Amino acid sequence: MYQFTYHRVDSARKAANLAEKNEDAKFLAGGMTLLPTMKQRLASPSALIDLNPASEKLAGIEVKGRNVHIGAMTRHYDVANSKDVQEAIPALAELAGMIGDPAVRHRGTIGGSVANNDPAADYPSACLALNATIHTNKRKISADEFFTGLFETALEPGELITKIVFPVPSKAAYMKFPNPASRYAMVGVFVAKKGKDVRVAVTGAGSSGVFRAGKFEAALTAKFHVKALEGVSASAEGLNSDIHADAAYRAHLIGVMARRAVNKANGK
Amino acid sequence: MSATGLGASVRRKEDLRFITGRGQYTDDINRPGQAYAYFLRSPHAHAEIKSLDTKAARKADGVLAVLTGDDIAADKVGGLICGWMIHSKDGSPMKAGAHPALAQGKVRYVGDHVAVVIAETLAQARDASEKIKVDYKVLPAVVDMNDAVKKGAPVIHDVSDNNTVYNWHLGDKAATDAAFAKAKHVTKLDLVNNRLVPNAMEPRAAVGDYEPGTESFTLYTTSQNPHVARLVLSAFIGIAPEHKLRVIAPDVGGGFGSKIFIYAEETVCVWAAKKVGRPVKWTADRSEAFLSDAHGRDHLTHAELALDEKGKMIGLRVNTKANLGAYLSTFSSSVPTYLYAPLLSGQYDIPAIYAEVDGIYTNTAPVDAYRGAGRPEATFVVERLVEIAARETGADPAQFRLKNFIRTFPHQTPVIMAYDVGNYQAALEKALEMADYRNIGKRKAASAREGKLRGIGFSAYIEACGIAPSAAVGSLGAGVGLWESAEVRVNPIGTVEVLTGSHSHGQGHETTFAQLVSDRLGIPIDNVSIVHGDTDKVQMGMGTYGSRSGAVGMSAIFKALDKVIAKGKKVAAYCLEAAADDIDFKDGKFSVKGTDKEIDFGSVALQAYIAHKFSGQDLEPGLKEGAFWDPTNFTFPAGVHICELEIDPETGTTRIDHWTAVDDFGRVINPMIVEGQVHGGIGQGVGQALCEGAHYDKSGQLVTASFNDYCMPRADDLPSYNVGMTQTPCPSNPLGIKGCGEAGAIAAPPAVINAITDAVGHENVAMPATPLAVWRAAQKAVMKKAAE
Ligand SMILES: Cc1cc2nc3c(=O)[nH]c(=O)nc-3n(C[C@H](O)[C@H](O)[C@H](O)COP(=O)(O)OP(=O)(O)OC[C@H]3O[C@@H](n4cnc5c(N)ncnc54)[C@H](O)[C@@H]3O)c2cc1C
Repeated sequence: MYQFTYHRVDSARKAANLAEKNEDAKFLAGGMTLLPTMKQRLASPSALIDLNPASEKLAGIEVKGRNVHIGAMTRHYDVANSKDVQEAIPALAELAGMIGDPAVRHRGTIGGSVANNDPAADYPSACLALNATIHTNKRKISADEFFTGLFETALEPGELITKIVFPVPSKAAYMKFPNPASRYAMVGVFVAKKGKDVRVAVTGAGSSGVFRAGKFEAALTAKFHVKALEGVSASAEGLNSDIHADAAYRAHLIGVMARRAVNKANGK
Repeated sequence: MSATGLGASVRRKEDLRFITGRGQYTDDINRPGQAYAYFLRSPHAHAEIKSLDTKAARKADGVLAVLTGDDIAADKVGGLICGWMIHSKDGSPMKAGAHPALAQGKVRYVGDHVAVVIAETLAQARDASEKIKVDYKVLPAVVDMNDAVKKGAPVIHDVSDNNTVYNWHLGDKAATDAAFAKAKHVTKLDLVNNRLVPNAMEPRAAVGDYEPGTESFTLYTTSQNPHVARLVLSAFIGIAPEHKLRVIAPDVGGGFGSKIFIYAEETVCVWAAKKVGRPVKWTADRSEAFLSDAHGRDHLTHAELALDEKGKMIGLRVNTKANLGAYLSTFSSSVPTYLYAPLLSGQYDIPAIYAEVDGIYTNTAPVDAYRGAGRPEATFVVERLVEIAARETGADPAQFRLKNFIRTFPHQTPVIMAYDVGNYQAALEKALEMADYRNIGKRKAASAREGKLRGIGFSAYIEACGIAPSAAVGSLGAGVGLWESAEVRVNPIGTVEVLTGSHSHGQGHETTFAQLVSDRLGIPIDNVSIVHGDTDKVQMGMGTYGSRSGAVGMSAIFKALDKVIAKGKKVAAYCLEAAADDIDFKDGKFSVKGTDKEIDFGSVALQAYIAHKFSGQDLEPGLKEGAFWDPTNFTFPAGVHICELEIDPETGTTRIDHWTAVDDFGRVINPMIVEGQVHGGIGQGVGQALCEGAHYDKSGQLVTASFNDYCMPRADDLPSYNVGMTQTPCPSNPLGIKGCGEAGAIAAPPAVINAITDAVGHENVAMPATPLAVWRAAQKAVMKKAAE
């Protein structure tokens, strides 16, 4: 690690103020991504703004009407074990329970994960498929606009995620094929149906991060049944190839995971 | 059998300190005034160092010294050595390129040591290292062995213009060719034995210390064999003569072979301690471990098995290229030669065998012994070939093995080894029973109904352990003897310290060795402590690897205990006023034959030290005896493992469903510890078969340089094990022990791959059989089925 200045803040406002003054400062949430990167000297922020003392205000889960509000500092463990989430959007609770290992789930936060937009992270697929809204200290951003590329989001420098609001779907499921080494998603498919609207989001596979699978959505909008996916396949174009999986295999897995997710969403 | 004697599953004495965080590992050791070393490593796989400017780094905050290859040369610090001489077919000695502890003019792999910065803190050392200016002339790199031997390939060491260390062979070529000429069936196979990163839980570390008052050095280091480290650092590298160099290997958190070797880092730490006048500490981080620990395996092999018309094996031909990396590590030359080819007979009666092995330099980390060292590679060749030969000839793989097993002992193979004892069919028959082989067809059908592919795979492995008779390994080129030493020190109140030249880094010696002492002397196990890992306490020893500490290390203790008992009888004779010949020793008591006169062990110890009952002219006071044990043969643990697994053909996911292991380790001292060794070994073997693989890209960058990409097996990748045993006591040591440390890692890979290939119905699945690889193979199977 290189030297940096360490700040503790107990509110979103103080965090944002500090960030405004320190151009290359970084928010520190669970630290599960940021700290290893700093230890390896791949990141060298001049300052860290530790959001943990603000957890009381920035963490927590609330069901308001047909929406689930999850504070940015809410840990994966708390989402996975929340009765409210398990009832309203069980697929989301399950997804959180599949992230990393117990240590990671007890430290890592939904805000950190979404802000980081790792192309193999799980949460971005839930945000896209559930049509979530990302609330920041400045504005509200729809998931469709939020994820803009590999590790890239619509966040401006110093902009802080405060919470994420998920509309409750009528049916949803997440199927993850973990990378055997990292256990991040090699391919993860989140399928959600709300009214007539069906959304299918794919993480882990795309070379520019999470994306919606239009062909699958169209087929499932016609009929939300696994049979509707017969003959529907993902194209390998634009998918990642690495030592763990080439693009053709990833394309194939998108189909398998999508079919399994639809079956699961339909209670099969 | 007592609750703590031989054969009892005594809980591990050492675990209390390990699981309560009170272990003392090298990194826990801090010396007053200690400074920290940070190694600047090469980012290039192959480059000339045109210039190295350390001025700015030397002026950086907290820096005590920046040392380079020039300083090593100026101080005449010798290079790292390879201690096993291999001769090529033409009689020429192996071509060992120089291996300086800090690069001299050239770097040869990513992670090679360019310079070291020593500073007040690690962060300062690392900061300063970024100020070193290195002008590299990047050279073309070669990582693939087939490319490395081509004409015009980049030359890694001037001593070898075709990057070949040796072209070695073993066996009778003419006899083998003749066998193939008359063969009815020949099975041919090309195999890759994937490169592995050892990944001991504790990374390597070293603390070098120099005491100017006595001109003596101390090195604390993560070593499996501290005495060998001292020998090499003294006699070859020239740090200091042995009586001025103490090497301490305290608690060591796993080694798997990777901590046998003498590396650049500890050499530099101990040398630099004198240079900067401060103790110098280095602890690898995980990234450094990936780049610079000696890797394992990495073979390319073509093998052929000849069968006669009755399906009997009549000949085996093997051609292997072994990747030795960019430099020859300490024992690297022996691993693909004498630790490999002599095992190619497996458990089978094969009259003619011929093996050729080429050792190859590439621009990759050095490759050396890793759990099993050569024997897993041999077993993989034999057991893959045998399985395929059975399938090709329409034989049941179990029956085919039974037909070809060696049945009479001793058995001289055509490749050096003389197997002393064994009962291979007993292990196989027991394993078939335990695995419910009879009903595999039903289970396959049940899986098929679920859209899954089920497969079963066998591995009948043999290994040669305990290495080994010193004269024998000497004749094969080893630079050292492979005996072991022990010293039993009985204290005046009858408690016992046993000093052993072997070293425990997870094996539980503090328990099993104490069981032996408790059993033989009839004293409570808590009255025994085992001392190892310090060259100032234990005079000399050869360390722990090759499953040798039981068979060789405990035999030395056994011999020393015999001497203690003999001396005790003499003391007891004076106490009991009888002749020494009339004294019996049993259950901790010396008694006069045919009388009820007796004295217990503790009292005899006291009498030995107070020396009132005898004159010092008749009997030396004290009770302390030492012994060296040099075995008369290798030991030959063997067994059968059966892997049954299920594949999801849609995703390529493999789930191991049942694992049966039946091993013959000879006499077992502590069944719980032995079973634990079997579990751990299988875990590593399954890791090699399903997940692990070190991968360099064409430019020589290690792609799998962290756990993000290097897949270690996890608990949920592994099944529960069904472990059984057969026993044929080893005749070449007094305890009948064969050794168990490597068996699982040797047995497991072919069992897994044989099961996968059985499930998918064809042979073309390489290790690691990742979901991608298995999916591709399963697709072919599904397509083949559809076409039928
Ligand atoms: C071993 C391991 C395994 C993992 N496995 C998985 C997995 O399977 N699936 C998966 O999805 N993830 C996985 N992760 C990542 C994990 O989910 C992290 O929690 C997540 O990526 C980052 O969250 P964090 O709270 O730790 O953020 P930090 O590391 O603290 O921060 C990450 C980035 O987000 C920024 N940031 C944090 N909070 C905010 C905010 N409120 N507003 C704006 N910017 C913010 C930070 O400045 C930083 O740039 C794994 C991590 C580890 C170490």
